[in-house]
Amino acid sequence: MSIILTEAEAKALLQKVLSYSKADECEVNLLGEERGNLRYARNEVSTSGSLINQNLQVQSAFGKKVGVATIDEFDDASLEKVVRRSEELARLAPENPEYVGMLGPQQYLKSNGFFESTAKVDPAARAEAVAKSLQLTRESGSNAKLTAAGFLDDRRGYTAMMNSKGLFAYYPDTNVNFSLTVRTEDGKGSGYVTRGYSDFAKLDTADATKVAIQKCVGSVGARALEPGKYTVILEPTAGAVLLENIFFSMDARSADEGRSFLSKPGGKTKLGEKIVDERVTIYSDPTNPDLPASPWSGDGRPQEKVNWIDKGVVKNLAYSRFWAQKKGVKAVPFPNNVIMAGGTQSLDEMIKSTQRGILVTKLWYIRSVDPQTLLLTGLTRDGTFYIENGQIKYPVKNFRFNESPVIMLNNLEALGKPERVVSTESDNNYLIPPMKIREFTFTSLSDAV
Amino acid sequence: MGAGAVMLPNLSAWGRPVAPEALLEPGIDVAVKKRLADAALNAAKSKGASYADVRIGRYLRQFVITREDKVQNIVNTESFGVGVRVIADGCWGFAAVVDAKNENDTAKAAENAVAIAKANAKLMKEPVKLAPQKGFGEVSWQTPIKKNAFEVPIKEKADLLLGVNAAAMKNGANYVNSVLFMVNEQKYFASTDGSYIDQDVHRIWPTFTVTAIDPKSGKFETRDSLSAPVGMSYEYLQANPSDKVTGITTRYNKGYDMLEDVVAAAKQAKQKLTAKSVEAGKYDLILDPSHLWLTIHESVGHPLELDRVLGYEANFAGTSFATLDKWQSKNFNYGSNIVNLFADKTQVGSLGAVGWDDEGVKTKKWDLVKDGTLVNYQAIRDQVHIIGEDESQGCCYADNWGSVQFQRMANVSLAAGKQPLSVDQLIKDVKKGIYIIGDGSFSIDQQRYNFQFGGQLFYEIKDGKIAGMLKDVAYQSNTQEFWNSCTQICDDRDYRLGGSFFDGKGQPGQVSAVSHGSSTARFNGVNVINTARKI
Repeated sequence: MSIILTEAEAKALLQKVLSYSKADECEVNLLGEERGNLRYARNEVSTSGSLINQNLQVQSAFGKKVGVATIDEFDDASLEKVVRRSEELARLAPENPEYVGMLGPQQYLKSNGFFESTAKVDPAARAEAVAKSLQLTRESGSNAKLTAAGFLDDRRGYTAMMNSKGLFAYYPDTNVNFSLTVRTEDGKGSGYVTRGYSDFAKLDTADATKVAIQKCVGSVGARALEPGKYTVILEPTAGAVLLENIFFSMDARSADEGRSFLSKPGGKTKLGEKIVDERVTIYSDPTNPDLPASPWSGDGRPQEKVNWIDKGVVKNLAYSRFWAQKKGVKAVPFPNNVIMAGGTQSLDEMIKSTQRGILVTKLWYIRSVDPQTLLLTGLTRDGTFYIENGQIKYPVKNFRFNESPVIMLNNLEALGKPERVVSTESDNNYLIPPMKIREFTFTSLSDAV
Repeated sequence: MGAGAVMLPNLSAWGRPVAPEALLEPGIDVAVKKRLADAALNAAKSKGASYADVRIGRYLRQFVITREDKVQNIVNTESFGVGVRVIADGCWGFAAVVDAKNENDTAKAAENAVAIAKANAKLMKEPVKLAPQKGFGEVSWQTPIKKNAFEVPIKEKADLLLGVNAAAMKNGANYVNSVLFMVNEQKYFASTDGSYIDQDVHRIWPTFTVTAIDPKSGKFETRDSLSAPVGMSYEYLQANPSDKVTGITTRYNKGYDMLEDVVAAAKQAKQKLTAKSVEAGKYDLILDPSHLWLTIHESVGHPLELDRVLGYEANFAGTSFATLDKWQSKNFNYGSNIVNLFADKTQVGSLGAVGWDDEGVKTKKWDLVKDGTLVNYQAIRDQVHIIGEDESQGCCYADNWGSVQFQRMANVSLAAGKQPLSVDQLIKDVKKGIYIIGDGSFSIDQQRYNFQFGGQLFYEIKDGKIAGMLKDVAYQSNTQEFWNSCTQICDDRDYRLGGSFFDGKGQPGQVSAVSHGSSTARFNGVNVINTARKI
């Protein structure tokens, strides 16, 4: 049997597992995946790896007593054994007061996230993609000597689930992430690029490498500007790592409990209130062709198109099924993808319309300083530039910032055209526009290149 | 990168869930491990590898996770498999196999590793240079534990945490989350150098976060546990009076009183709600070891990793300001002349203590910064020739049998002051200062110059006396400036370890656990910012 099962194969296997169940309720989650990666540094291949993983998890419930057992062998005896094991563990478990039972059959949206081009990537294809990148940095020509450090990581796999109440779900997907840092050999310049796709055929490592080289060469000779409040243009790679802290903090329970940026005095929340500029709309949609995602959450709930922030107003919070039941609301799960709507301007047009500002291409080491205000700190990295009269004038030294993405989205000047980016903090992929923000707070200078 | 306070990792990534009693079952016999290892080593050599090592790993983890009066989750995981690393045609290759059952499985992994090495060798221009290492034959090492946490019934652990939570709620907390992390790494290493090393490594981390809310203003504050993750087992939770450091709040050394700490935490979280917001400016900082460990970790541990200095981590964690020319000059002032920083993989009770590292090198202690001057780095076998040494420093580590081993931080610590000095004496001389206890927010640039740190508890010092609690405090500095502003370090009576259970590095990411020791130290004229905002 192959590692990546078809829908029919997965269904047959799951039905067989359920046929062994003697519990009140039984749910089976199945996954299979193949991953490969290639890493390089100092213009040389450094380490590489591959991983084959398949796993079947059975959850059995007697009333509110729940047990989970897992196995990676799929013969009949092993399958029956794992069901019995989960039942034994359920009988021994303390009651889970927050257990709300399993879902019945669900309807899911159609989403296509599986691409044959990615599924067939092998070590030779990985080496070829990396060779195209290395060639450009090894033969950097008239420019300063360049050195590359990069990482190519691809995955093909599927997940499926079925339960004793008739729910069945299946989703195959593929993904490739590529990232590269190009530095001048003397350490005076550094540029970065990252690309994420579901379809490996879209990945052009040579084109991406040219972007990193351009930023690297352009960043040499950075001048120091005084820290303070500046108008900034955040490229999507920079914006993603700030915005995702809003996405991660949309939990209803924390807001209701009074320990979230969405909490208000007296146990109320900001649901329904305008918290950012009215041009800000953030939503999730598993069917988006540029960012396809699984149309169901890990517990089988359908992932629908959900508006989280619509024209600046908080429209939805994410609920566990327990908390939704307690509050008597629809149990909207945390999304599998996040998209921020934008405008039509290109990055170049945004720069042209800027009298004085700073172009930030990447941010690094983002950490929460105050969860109450979502205040974050971190630094610019790998290419920061001063803009004057609509033109990039010169590279500037890196800054540390202390800023809240909520305050930032209230200081919005303009949004560009969204593009798919990979978060350098979480590796999540998003569709995010470049953003022009006024009064972004830089608090100190860094000597790092 | 670095490591936070109560952060829950992706639990499923640790291995497959098992019953708690499975964590007490012995792993496979050492003689069987030797047979599996020899099969891989022989297969690698016969396919043309010039060097091979095999790691047979059984990784056991138990996490007990609670909030208020509920046990949210009890996770028991076991992960068993074999990783084979080879050098063929001058290039590294690595392959791993889950649940390897026989010699065929491990031989197959070795063959795959050789095939990958040969494929990648075509892209390589500079072959790997491996420092020589003598074989140690059949040897073993164990963390010296007194009470194996896996032998303590789950109910006892859950009851401990529920008791801690109840104490927090009784003392004014609105919410409390508490966790007990327990790890046992059973690692077998064999190499073509002739080593067969069997090691049994234990770690434990009890921790919590208490939240207090002011319903009128809607403000909330938290206080995290002042425990440290340690290279011990359940005995860490049995604190003797001599393990406690009394003062403005009780801190802990080789034993931790979780119940006592949570009572203090609940009161302090409430106190923080009404504490004075700090006035930004320059202050002399008095940093407790429960805080200073993280600053050492980020501003000394990471920049002195040789792989970062050389550029191997440039695409993710970054490079380092501590370049080879600074080391070669023999006069780079990393810190003031009272600053002595050392690496030590043998420190008892530390997270990084093992007998041998994950490439068969016997562990040791060495100086990094001596009397303020940069004198060395942390290096492994394929890099140590670059700093002119012919023997690795023994700090190679992989977080799992399926991860390739690479250079990871040793325990890096600040040596205690040589002159007798207590914390009270230290504070007595400070005119305008802040005393910081516990670790908080942390961020540092990719070359480790500019950093910003928060904390758990902040106390204003005015004219040699503690004047009250502060909040909204973070300090920003530059590594060299900061360590050169170190003017006093308490003596070894105050020396304690802090540490990180989940230090991240590499692509794909791996975690490692590492300790950092220090005594309370004074840093003059550090820039403090106010972090309060309105949204």
